[in-house]
Amino acid sequence: MSQELLDTLTSQDYPYGFVTDIASDTAPKGLNEAIIRLISANKKEPDFMLAFRLKAYKHWLTMTEPSWANVAYPPIDFQAIHYYAAPKTPPKKLNSLDEVDPELLRTFAKLGIPLTEQKQLAGVAVDAIFDSVSVATTYKEKLLQHGVIFCPLSEAVEKYPELIKQYLGSVVSYTDNFYAALNAAVFTEGSFVYVPKNIVCPMELSTYFRINTADTGQFERTLIVCEEYASVSYLEGCTAPKFDTNQLHAAVVELVALDHANIKYSTVQNWYAGDPKTGQGGIYNFVTKRGKCLGKQSKISWTQVETGSAITWKYPSCVLIGEGSVGEFYSVALTNHFQQADTGTKMIHIGKNTKSTIVSKGISAGRSHNTYRGIVQMNKSAIGAHNFTQCDSMLIGNRCSANTFPTIDVRNASSTVGHEATTVKISEDQLFYCAQRGISQEDAIAAIINGFCKDVFKELPTEFAVEATQLLGLKLENSVG
Amino acid sequence: MLEIKTLCAKINETDILKGLSLTVKPGEIHAIMGPNGSGKSTLSKVVCGHPSYEITGGDVTIDGESILEDAPDVRAQKGLFMAFQYPVEIPGVHNGNFLRMIYNAKRKATGLDELDPLEFETFLQEKLKMVEMDDLFLERAVNHGFSGGEKKRNEILQMLVLEPRFVFLDETDSGLDIDALRIVSKAVNQYKNTQTGFVVITHYQRLLSHIVPDVVHVMVDGQLVKTGDKSLALELEEKGYDWLLT
Repeated sequence: MSQELLDTLTSQDYPYGFVTDIASDTAPKGLNEAIIRLISANKKEPDFMLAFRLKAYKHWLTMTEPSWANVAYPPIDFQAIHYYAAPKTPPKKLNSLDEVDPELLRTFAKLGIPLTEQKQLAGVAVDAIFDSVSVATTYKEKLLQHGVIFCPLSEAVEKYPELIKQYLGSVVSYTDNFYAALNAAVFTEGSFVYVPKNIVCPMELSTYFRINTADTGQFERTLIVCEEYASVSYLEGCTAPKFDTNQLHAAVVELVALDHANIKYSTVQNWYAGDPKTGQGGIYNFVTKRGKCLGKQSKISWTQVETGSAITWKYPSCVLIGEGSVGEFYSVALTNHFQQADTGTKMIHIGKNTKSTIVSKGISAGRSHNTYRGIVQMNKSAIGAHNFTQCDSMLIGNRCSANTFPTIDVRNASSTVGHEATTVKISEDQLFYCAQRGISQEDAIAAIINGFCKDVFKELPTEFAVEATQLLGLKLENSVG
Repeated sequence: MLEIKTLCAKINETDILKGLSLTVKPGEIHAIMGPNGSGKSTLSKVVCGHPSYEITGGDVTIDGESILEDAPDVRAQKGLFMAFQYPVEIPGVHNGNFLRMIYNAKRKATGLDELDPLEFETFLQEKLKMVEMDDLFLERAVNHGFSGGEKKRNEILQMLVLEPRFVFLDETDSGLDIDALRIVSKAVNQYKNTQTGFVVITHYQRLLSHIVPDVVHVMVDGQLVKTGDKSLALELEEKGYDWLLT
């Protein structure tokens, strides 16, 4: 591929980089026990939550940052971050969307997320989170009629403390890793979803995260519980303004599936990736996502389209405990310019006849580094368990890199594990062939990449498959001269 | 009218085309024959704008206007088509969608509305019959895992879809069995019209007994050294190229 083509590949713009001018309440920079107490008090939390946070904070102090990932960045000063930021209004509970600050509504509209229900995407309920607080949740009442709880996590702590006590931290313990501990100590918002027995959630649920304030960390926490025979499909989207400094995003997502429950969790991640020319700024996306298939025949499916962030460090995983439970991971990770991604999954097979499927598509362009890291573990008890992994990398240009670190750990003789991997490069011949048929190089690259990713895109909810396709096109826009 | 005027081109410091001239009028079929390494395949790639070649002299015009500054996709929009000697595989890209994409790109360039999948399906059916392909063919990835004959038929199918004004058939007969050769030739003959000029690049007379040329050229060392009518092809078949090499 020509140099010219590569150079233009590194010149696309990020349309979500604006900052909303809105007054915000921001906690002083730094992390200590007083800040945690302040967060808890601001959120009017019950004592058990403060105890949860402080326990995690004390443990965090004993931990060090993980260094095994294939990414490089200067040390993070955890005392230089605001751990709490919230738009000043509204101080009180909102009765309806009409009371939301119109500036916020405009922000979300600009991001393509209309919050007024009449303009809503048909059949999708949205929880919009701006910095540390949830600003609006749509279709709440309609969902409640079906017994489905969909609300900000802080509201769940207040209204459903028993569920929170039972499940929060039950999948990702505060002792799990450095960022999970940090999140447990300072998390400020997130979504809570609870689908009771036998209920098929009548619409797609979606949370939209937006970081707005400079030097703010975003630490959201999502908890989804699906009871017996229940099912839900959930999607998260993320954007942030352009800042020269790096911002830390350390989220935790926990999923719990009981007998025959089915959870589908999709992510379209497009955090600001830093300056395309210098690599300055951008989000550090250090996220812990895990699902527990507790019940028999339960199923958890992760689908992610990761296109943003300066650094992505995330491994949405499944712990397959229930007999015959199923875990799936479908991933497209695109890195361009100076982005670095170290992402993949863990499939921990514990129950009999558990099954997992991993389909990972990594696309590297510019000077980026893209790593797949995965663990498939067949425990002694996982009799007859089965895994299949397909791990493909695509390189665009010759200044990027792709790596794969698959770990397979089999502790019983009756399980089967399959791993297939390919590396491809978009060739000049392919582009010439398409061009000779009258297709511009941009459209040709988009078609080739969409073809490469289609096994993952077909797992996305229909409304978002189109969006993801366009997003990839946008990320590689002007990629050719 | 397509005019190639004393065209010179090189790749990696090696001169391949050395002042080649050729004029193709609508409705004409030109055959170019010649020994291996004479630059036959380079000619079609250079005219279509392959980025590996550098033009060092001469010009290529369509209706009097130079196309050398145009990107390959723009040249295609101006009606140039090349059936590749080695059609490129594009894994993951659905052949049916690809055909619709190239067709709609052409429609867009000429200011027409794009066809939706159903409308295109209707349009495509008749073309599919011409190359004796069925719908299953459309469900596969572009050229991916196709046999040699299938790839060449897919090239001709694309030609039928795009309805180009100037067509280069670059050794389309190589790697074809007798049936595929018959199908490809029949489709070309069906498409052949007064509006389209063909340049048929081949080693063998056998293709030219199916697609009958108006003019036959012999290419040696980057130049056309002899031009005649279709009987020249028969003469070459009999005598080889040696008598033309000096």
